[in-house]
Amino acid sequence: MNDAPVTAPPRAAALALGDDALVLSHRLGEWAGHAPVLEEEVALANIALDLLGQARILLSLVGDEDELAYLREERAFRNLQLVEQPNGDFAQTIARQLYFSTYQLFLYRQLAAGDSAFTGLAAKAVKEVAYHQDHAAHWTLRLGDGTAESHERMARACGALWRYTGEMFEPVEGLEVDWRALEDSWRESVAGVLERATLTLPDGPRSGAWRAGAGRQGLHTEPFGPMLAEMQHLHRSHPGASW
Amino acid sequence: METTAEGFEAAFDAAVAADERIEPRDWMPEAYRASLVRQIAQHAHSEIIGMQPEANWISRAPSLRRKAILMAKVQDEAGHGLYLYSAAETLGTGREELLDKLHTGRQKYSSIFNYPTLTWADVGAIGWLVDGAAITNQVPLCRCSYGPYARAMVRICKEESFHQRQGYELLLALSNGTPAQHEMAQDAVNRWWWPSLMMFGPPDDESAHSAQSMAWKIKRHSNDELRQRFVDICVPQAEALGLALPDPDLRWNEERGRHDFGAIDWAEFREVLKGNGPCNEQRITQRRRAHEEGAWVRDAAAAYATKRRAGSVPAEDGVRMMEATA
Ligand SMILES: [Fe+2]
Ligand SMILES: [Fe+2]
Repeated sequence: MNDAPVTAPPRAAALALGDDALVLSHRLGEWAGHAPVLEEEVALANIALDLLGQARILLSLVGDEDELAYLREERAFRNLQLVEQPNGDFAQTIARQLYFSTYQLFLYRQLAAGDSAFTGLAAKAVKEVAYHQDHAAHWTLRLGDGTAESHERMARACGALWRYTGEMFEPVEGLEVDWRALEDSWRESVAGVLERATLTLPDGPRSGAWRAGAGRQGLHTEPFGPMLAEMQHLHRSHPGASW
Repeated sequence: METTAEGFEAAFDAAVAADERIEPRDWMPEAYRASLVRQIAQHAHSEIIGMQPEANWISRAPSLRRKAILMAKVQDEAGHGLYLYSAAETLGTGREELLDKLHTGRQKYSSIFNYPTLTWADVGAIGWLVDGAAITNQVPLCRCSYGPYARAMVRICKEESFHQRQGYELLLALSNGTPAQHEMAQDAVNRWWWPSLMMFGPPDDESAHSAQSMAWKIKRHSNDELRQRFVDICVPQAEALGLALPDPDLRWNEERGRHDFGAIDWAEFREVLKGNGPCNEQRITQRRRAHEEGAWVRDAAAAYATKRRAGSVPAEDGVRMMEATA
């Protein structure tokens, strides 16, 4: 324990939480104009906007939001590898949402109950994230217990993303969180949703050949580079310009 | 029977003449219903196709603030599509049927969205000019004789005016920015100005549906009148932006108290309308693909809803479920 004032935001933690929100928001934004049904154009944009709002607050705690978003190199991003994974089909997006929003929900609940630089933000974000989790859970039910094809796709998506779930519970410096309890709550919640959706919790390894914690340490997956290149190119093409 | 039908028609005519609203359960002439469905559907299609050119820039938005504004705008357009498909539904035509007509080319959307967004400044030009033209067209529709359409338009116009201001503000930042940014803004205005003027439709003497629509108070002003109004609004705004409108014939006419402007290239308009614009194929292909690729998702939602109704799934699981279009 240190005696730093509770309001001083720890940089690593702000970047971890902020980058998760920023990167997932970007991925969800890629759905615009491509969603399977008009209601989902609205819903996915809602979630993307909530996350972008969270990202802007978190990044602004430790620097200029645009400098951090647009001028950092890939290795300086601290987001989970999970959130940078491509959208894939709608099942893959929903599986990513289920895993991440459940994690974020329990994480933010703990932060909201604590006393740190993130308490206020987490208290507000918990309400948004509860909606994200609800949205993901309901789609998991519909896809898992819908048609044979949707069941198959949802099962495949949950399995494919499973390897990225281990690093969610690697402690982040500066976050006072009971990581063990977080993991237990997450597992119980996700397993419950999957069960109701006639799916089962995947049983493969929870991290790839990369050690868990890779995204948090700045090691990312191949799809992240192209994503960043697209996101940053215009901003970087006009150094010093304001928009 | 004849007298009854005539009685209904007289009541309808009287209601329209008295500026009363026609509601879904009221009797209405079949041609009025058909004309409204056609217009509302085309409007709804324009909202959802119109998401594409701007969504094209979400992933590259140059600041997080602009990214949030743009995402929210594209989301609003999806919402507008939803309101309008619902308004059409009150006339007995479902969303699925209308989407099918869009996807098979039997119904159109606004031709403006067949132009490409080539730079970031195009996002601003669309907001300022395209949303601006849409508002000029649509504000009178808030007084349209058909109630559900008029009410949808009140809501939509409020949001469109946000979009217009945001677009203007985006262009202003570019115009006052670096030389490269200023040039980007001018280039976008050069490309979007004339297509925006075409958004008001063909000149009055060539407009096929205008006269009847005006009689029914579906439409309130002629194409040329609205176009003139739009030009008069834009000229001082362009000056304030520090950007030129690409029309050497544009000048104030003291006598008319309005601006004169150059001849519109109606040959281009007709070509784009026919399907030969720069993006017609691309837009409809993307729309069709999104719909086809989403078919299994809609099927799953429908199958799940059926199971839930049949009681094989606990009801609570579906309580807040959104009805997906099957
Ligand atoms: Fe709109
Ligand atoms: Fe708009």
